[in-house]
Amino acid sequence: MSLLQIEKLTRNFGGLSAVSNVSLAVEEHELVGLIGPNGAGKTTLFNVLTGVYTPSSGRVMFQKGDKSIELSKLPPYKITRMGVARTFQNIRLFKELSVLDNVKIAMNHEARYGLFGALFRIGQYFKSEALIEEKAHAFLKEVNLDELAETKAKNLPYGKQRQLEIARALATGAKLLFLDEPAAGMNPQETHALTSFIKEIKEKMNLTIVLIEHDMSLVMEICERIFVLDYGKLIASGTPDEIKNNPRVIEAYLGDEVEL
Amino acid sequence: MKNVLNKRNLITLVIIGVLFFVVQLLIKERIITAYMRSNIYWIGIYIILGLSLNMIIGITGQLSLGHAGFMSIGAFAAAVVLKTNPTLTGLFIGIGIGVLISLAVSFVVAVPTLRLKGDYLAIATLGVAEIIRIVLNNLSVTGGASGISNIKMLMSWPLLYTFVILTIFLTHNFKNSAIGRACISIKEDEIAAEAMGINTTKYKVIAFMFGAALAAMAGSLFSTTYYIVKPDSFGVNTSINILILVVFGGMGSLSGTIIATFIIGLVNIVLQPYAEIRMILYALILIIVMIFRPQGLLGSQELSTKLLPNFKWKRKEKSS
Repeated sequence: MSLLQIEKLTRNFGGLSAVSNVSLAVEEHELVGLIGPNGAGKTTLFNVLTGVYTPSSGRVMFQKGDKSIELSKLPPYKITRMGVARTFQNIRLFKELSVLDNVKIAMNHEARYGLFGALFRIGQYFKSEALIEEKAHAFLKEVNLDELAETKAKNLPYGKQRQLEIARALATGAKLLFLDEPAAGMNPQETHALTSFIKEIKEKMNLTIVLIEHDMSLVMEICERIFVLDYGKLIASGTPDEIKNNPRVIEAYLGDEVEL
Repeated sequence: MKNVLNKRNLITLVIIGVLFFVVQLLIKERIITAYMRSNIYWIGIYIILGLSLNMIIGITGQLSLGHAGFMSIGAFAAAVVLKTNPTLTGLFIGIGIGVLISLAVSFVVAVPTLRLKGDYLAIATLGVAEIIRIVLNNLSVTGGASGISNIKMLMSWPLLYTFVILTIFLTHNFKNSAIGRACISIKEDEIAAEAMGINTTKYKVIAFMFGAALAAMAGSLFSTTYYIVKPDSFGVNTSINILILVVFGGMGSLSGTIIATFIIGLVNIVLQPYAEIRMILYALILIIVMIFRPQGLLGSQELSTKLLPNFKWKRKEKSS
């Protein structure tokens, strides 16, 4: 069984099919790219996969241990608790909070106390808070952000903000990660740093990653397999080399040949 | 226990104790007059109200304009009980009943309305407060439109102080917990919060109910301070007055709300002799503050013993 199995997924907005009849599977520990021209439905697909939208038809299955879970029936926060996390195309950090607090919020499920434990600081409160603090710091060290722990997220340089968003998604305990244009707006140096960061965390934390990206150098360098969407339909899938030479992909990006 | 009895908490305790005894002494020596005392009560009650609303608006980012409604529930609950049992026990029973009713009402209100955002939520909560007011207006048990008068006056400095400290303790703990962090993340970015595994609806409801319960508590104290409660005292104006404290002090800043309440309390005292132009000056002060400090007095920062020089000295050096 694949880690993620998308079966005949469709999402309509009125008369428009943003995602139409897409079926694909992602294996464990794979790094998969999702590409396509603007408006192809890539982000919509992510939004359906992470529960922001419900599918119009079809379903999404996720393998957790030996249980198969239907993600398309869960609200976003439950999907995250299953071990599926995402980043956003336009960075959505908790800007006014410190880097540390951003990560702590992602680790909120680790808190072992309820409302009364919090209000009166009884039960597991101190133990739990100390543990979260320690884990958050350890985690930041792992992703090389510990130096910036007390910095407000909005004051980080752009590349670091992207990096923090990925780190924060990982802090939820995710095993499957959706990255929505992680290299958008980056210069070549930043993209290069990001590429090695993604590779590094993938090996370190045994992750499965699906990423949307327009920067083809990044996609071709790190993706093992690529899926191509156009007008909501899956038009091709394969290794980077196969995709590069696929006539339908070239047509989708560059248009058809026209006889003059 | 070593977590609880550290140096910082001890300093806080000493400050709390000293403040209590100083004011207590001043009252005993009659340096603080009855008039001043009633102003102190006003400030204390509004600190509780401001902090409770700050949980909903400042921490969780949900604009509620119906806070006076929950306050009135507590006020009338205490008033009704105090009429038959004019003792401290009666007051505590009244507070308990008020808090329970307020929790129930806020839960019923929160579940459908907290799906609304921004202005829509504000209007919905405004409507809820109006509904509460009109129900109280027509209820015989609460004396209809004329309300309940001659309520036993039990308010005293120790009683007020206990409840204010209790509220500060609870709201501070709420803010600095996993639940508080979840609420703050909702204010910062609701979609991202949900993507981080936060059940946003649940935490919005918790914050709303928590704020409503504290407001009811403040309402109970209000009725035993001012002898008389009537539904019209808890209209939109009162809600706005509480909102001003939160905005003036800084959204999400507990110490900001406390300082703002003090300042506004003092402004009220100073302007008392100029009754005609009082409201104009009051509004003017607010406008000036909002122009020069739109984020409120403290923004989202807190004043705390953390800022004392011998603590975290090193970190300060690094950041400067």
